[in-house]
Amino acid sequence: MMKGPKKWRLFALMTALLVFLSGCGREEISTLIPAGKVAQDQFNLLILSSIVMLFVIVVVTIIYVLAIVKFRRSKVGEDMIPEQVEGSARLEFIWTAIPIVLLLILAVPTVYSTFDLADVTAMDAQNEDGVAENLTVNVTGKLYWWEFEYPEQEIRTAQELVVPTGERVYFNLIAADVKHSFWIPSVGGKLDVNPENVNTFYLEFDKESSELEEGVYFGKCAELCGPSHALMDFKVKTLNREDFDAWVAAMQEEQAAPTETLAQDGQEIFEQSCIACHATNAAGAATGVGPNLATFGDRTTIAGFMEHDEETLKNWIADPQQYKPGNLMPNPEEINNGEAFSDQELDALAAYLMSLKVEE
Amino acid sequence: MSSNSQKKGFGATIWDYLTTVDHKKIAILYLISGGFFFLVGGVEAMMIRIQLMKAGNDFLSAGTYNEVLTMHGTTMIFLAAMPILLAFMNAVSPLQIGARDVAFPFLNSLGFWLFFFGGIFLNLSWFLGGAPDAGWTNYASLALASEGHGIDFYSLGLTISGFGTLIAGINFLVTIINMRAPGMTYMRMPLFTWTTFVASALILLAFPPLTVGIFFMVFDRLFGANFFDVTMGGNTIIWEHFFWIFGHPEVYILILPAFGIFSEIFAIFSRKRLFGYTALVFATILIGFYGFMVWAHHMFTVGLGPTANAVFALATMIIAVPTGIKIFNWLLTIWGGNISFTVPMIYAVAFIPSFVAGGVTGVMQAIAPLDYQLHDSYFIVAHFHYVIVGGVVLAILAGTHLYWPKMFGTMLSEKLGKWTFWFFFIGFHLTFFIQHFLGLMGMPRRVYTFGADQGWDLFNAISSAGALLMAIGILILLVNVVMTVMKGERVGNDPWGDGRTLEWAIPSPPPFYNFAQTPLVRGLDPYWIEKMEGNKEGMVYAEPLGDIHMPNGSFIPFVISLGMFIAAFGAMYHTDGHAWALPVLIGGLAITFGSMLVRSLKDDLGFHVTKEELIADNERIQREARALEGGKKGGLK
Amino acid sequence: MDLNKRYTPQTWPDHPETATLEGKNKFVGFWLLLAAETVTFASLFATYLALKDKGPSGMEFSASGLFELPLVFAMTMILLTSSLTSVYAMYHMKNHNFKAMQAWLGITVLLGLAFLGLEIYEFNHYVHLGFGFTNSAFSSAFYVLVGTHGAHVVFGLSWFIALMLRNAKRGLNMYNAPKFYLAALYWHFIDVVWVFIFTVVYLMGVIG
Repeated sequence: MMKGPKKWRLFALMTALLVFLSGCGREEISTLIPAGKVAQDQFNLLILSSIVMLFVIVVVTIIYVLAIVKFRRSKVGEDMIPEQVEGSARLEFIWTAIPIVLLLILAVPTVYSTFDLADVTAMDAQNEDGVAENLTVNVTGKLYWWEFEYPEQEIRTAQELVVPTGERVYFNLIAADVKHSFWIPSVGGKLDVNPENVNTFYLEFDKESSELEEGVYFGKCAELCGPSHALMDFKVKTLNREDFDAWVAAMQEEQAAPTETLAQDGQEIFEQSCIACHATNAAGAATGVGPNLATFGDRTTIAGFMEHDEETLKNWIADPQQYKPGNLMPNPEEINNGEAFSDQELDALAAYLMSLKVEE
Repeated sequence: MSSNSQKKGFGATIWDYLTTVDHKKIAILYLISGGFFFLVGGVEAMMIRIQLMKAGNDFLSAGTYNEVLTMHGTTMIFLAAMPILLAFMNAVSPLQIGARDVAFPFLNSLGFWLFFFGGIFLNLSWFLGGAPDAGWTNYASLALASEGHGIDFYSLGLTISGFGTLIAGINFLVTIINMRAPGMTYMRMPLFTWTTFVASALILLAFPPLTVGIFFMVFDRLFGANFFDVTMGGNTIIWEHFFWIFGHPEVYILILPAFGIFSEIFAIFSRKRLFGYTALVFATILIGFYGFMVWAHHMFTVGLGPTANAVFALATMIIAVPTGIKIFNWLLTIWGGNISFTVPMIYAVAFIPSFVAGGVTGVMQAIAPLDYQLHDSYFIVAHFHYVIVGGVVLAILAGTHLYWPKMFGTMLSEKLGKWTFWFFFIGFHLTFFIQHFLGLMGMPRRVYTFGADQGWDLFNAISSAGALLMAIGILILLVNVVMTVMKGERVGNDPWGDGRTLEWAIPSPPPFYNFAQTPLVRGLDPYWIEKMEGNKEGMVYAEPLGDIHMPNGSFIPFVISLGMFIAAFGAMYHTDGHAWALPVLIGGLAITFGSMLVRSLKDDLGFHVTKEELIADNERIQREARALEGGKKGGLK
Repeated sequence: MDLNKRYTPQTWPDHPETATLEGKNKFVGFWLLLAAETVTFASLFATYLALKDKGPSGMEFSASGLFELPLVFAMTMILLTSSLTSVYAMYHMKNHNFKAMQAWLGITVLLGLAFLGLEIYEFNHYVHLGFGFTNSAFSSAFYVLVGTHGAHVVFGLSWFIALMLRNAKRGLNMYNAPKFYLAALYWHFIDVVWVFIFTVVYLMGVIG
């Protein structure tokens, strides 16, 4: 029993070691591997506050361990009656003043950074030609998927955000249904996506995502929004400015008709059953009930979180509720004259969807 | 009259508890029902950890997981932690101030039954179409979109139990203001009574905003109002404000009594007066006061603007100062003491590092820009479990061991208690320490599953293993309770041997009138003072022995609460167009208001315990004490 | 406590409401309850101000177009007067003049009923105009704020009536004096809340 506190310390040490060994998580999603100014600022605050807090913990631990080691009954004697000390004004002053100083150390960067990260005044800046200097993306959170509109470029996509590196990108966030929260952990902290008002902030992306193992950063919904909240993922592709411009230009083009016959069959089915909700052109302002599919073939996931292959795609189309409970995509029976899609139809749809690409 | 001296039948005992207005019996009712809900919430916690033990697990479906996580939070906060703390407040506070009962015994019983029926109502949702699934915070847009009646169970259940808590809060405030024994000045009150007092004040001012918010929710969902319906001009942020104007003080409603319990333990088992008592009292008051100024730190990411965020960030940081004062005063209390490592003391000693860990992560989250990363991630899950489990639950477990003899007259096994402690404590750190890192690695909270490609598998597996250890610890505690009850070995007034405050000067359990003669308090830690001066009786008296006035028991509180329980079903099913719903709603309210009217019109003046009865009872108590001395020395040695 | 103990104005204490421990407890407890009530109404006011004139696009009702001051002013005067008459009742309670107290309480109740009648008329009028509870966020906030006050009026009146009937034959004693006192205190609280409603909802509403 008396070995108690020692056991605890050993255990804490082992836990710390374990954490150290397993690293800081994945580069695509960890806040501990910041990939942009915002995340870097926040990471710096994390380190600063951790150091200050570590100091507090060390002080408390020293007094604590000394106290429970020195003054145990087995040491001071069964019948010892300690002096009944009332207190000490000097000590009270010390442990009031020192924490206040520590908090001041934290308070200054906190206030500075709070205002800095909320500064979106440059958002509407225009150059002489009346073109916006900075990229703005309008983000709409919908039940379990994300829509990204580029108002200046007049293009629209979903599930995969594409942004240029090395510059500030401004975001307008709003929810179409319930509240969500927009979070790209390795690039910056989250901001809520409210149904009643537009929230605005900026992020900066340092690194091209093609250098990552998965080729994209991982984005998350961080506010409980229903059964499939956990699956409301999106991906972020970061391109250098040149590639980004090329991507925008390609997005503004009309989607080319598929060349393969299977894909052409798929297009026919798509236009009977799916087109009411899903647009296949990125250009134009019309928002769809479902995600825009213009870049479907370029994406890395299906429905935001599943493997990007035809087999998964067919399973998904055949029974969307099984994979993302509570999502609003109808079962095939509801859009295909009361029947499930045949294997052939699914093959054709999958071929068609995979052919929807804007990148080379 | 002396009800504890004669054996009663089972039915009579049940009836006794249904109608009791005795604060000590109400404490037992709170402890049993709070303990039951604690187990329910614990099972829900285990289900969460089983689901998350590996990537892509399918133990729970997505919808069920959300119900489980919502009910886990709601149950643990409203139906487990708070009632168990109320159990200790009821059991101990009136004794500590030398009172014969609380100010409003009838309302005390009403408060319990409202909580009880509210809790039962909420949990019936599992069997009646599904539990609430919008998180314990019940954010409005999701809550309005939620199908079925889950959210209605949440709002109506919490309304009922919330009234109960409010009543309890007022009751303790009045009791402590008006019922202190002669000489028991405010600055001689034991710390636990002080924390009860401040926590009750927080209850008084924090529950109304929650009730208002919940009423809006009920009106929106059941009666077509538009408070939170954005298309009709409503605003869901209003809910967030009300919830957190309540929610942040609620955290202190839980932690302050926990601080109180630990303060008592540090003093008793260090055999030393609390160091810096005055500072501890003022720190308690300051924490309570600041508790109302920081709610928006739960809303840093809502988009309130940098000015609001900066102000609330600074206000939040300030709270660290009085909390630090407390920690250091406790450390200095054990410093130079004579520490006996009993089970309550081990919990108290373990509480310090655990709570400091939770406290420092709290300061980190007060840094608003950093919180943009930490908010709604597993980091926050780790943080609030460190303060609530590392603070409140450890206090509950410590308090259960500490006050068990005072409440039941028997002693929980120290040996099993230590087993419970080690399993629970190691399990707790294993479960939650690692979750800080999960959060930093990008894992959002409230996710029912996660992909294998996110890099979170190992830490989640470790976390789940820790939860298992905690569960084992609690099971051992249950065994301990059962064994202790079966054995039924009686203990004396001061079973820990080093009691300092008035509750340890009277028998365990105390007679129903607590003090045959009101004590005269001569300083802080009155019982310790008398002991040190060699006073065998442990008390000096402020009055001669005379007749005592006591309140009558009453079944009416049960009926009032039952009426509201019934009315809630009517209100809820009213929207489904059932013809019976409206009559049920009206009938339920009629029962409630009817029984209130009966209470109001019927004179109930209580009864008197005569001097002769007191003398006879005192002789019985002395006899039992002598038998105890002769048989086996009471207490732990 | 002896219910049958007879008091005369000479033996009757100056502050009968706090002369016993039960009375003292009730007195403190009730003030605390009023604190909680104050927070409740503060929450309702805050909500009302946040949602004032908010509704679906094209909503035709706004505070400045809807409310009419003369009726509300009459209601205010009636309620303020009733507060005054309840003060008279308490004056006689402290002087152990039961009959006078009952009479003034009776007048208070009548004024309260008049207020309630006008409020029901007012709500009815709005509903007929098409300004229903489910009409908009504004209407919900309005009806819940003013309606909660109205519910308090109903409760206060019921309390007065119950006390007056119950004690009609028994007269004043130390057991019921605190009850009368607290009912009157409650009535003042209702009155103060109404002053705020009159200012925040009606005056500020009409001014815009």
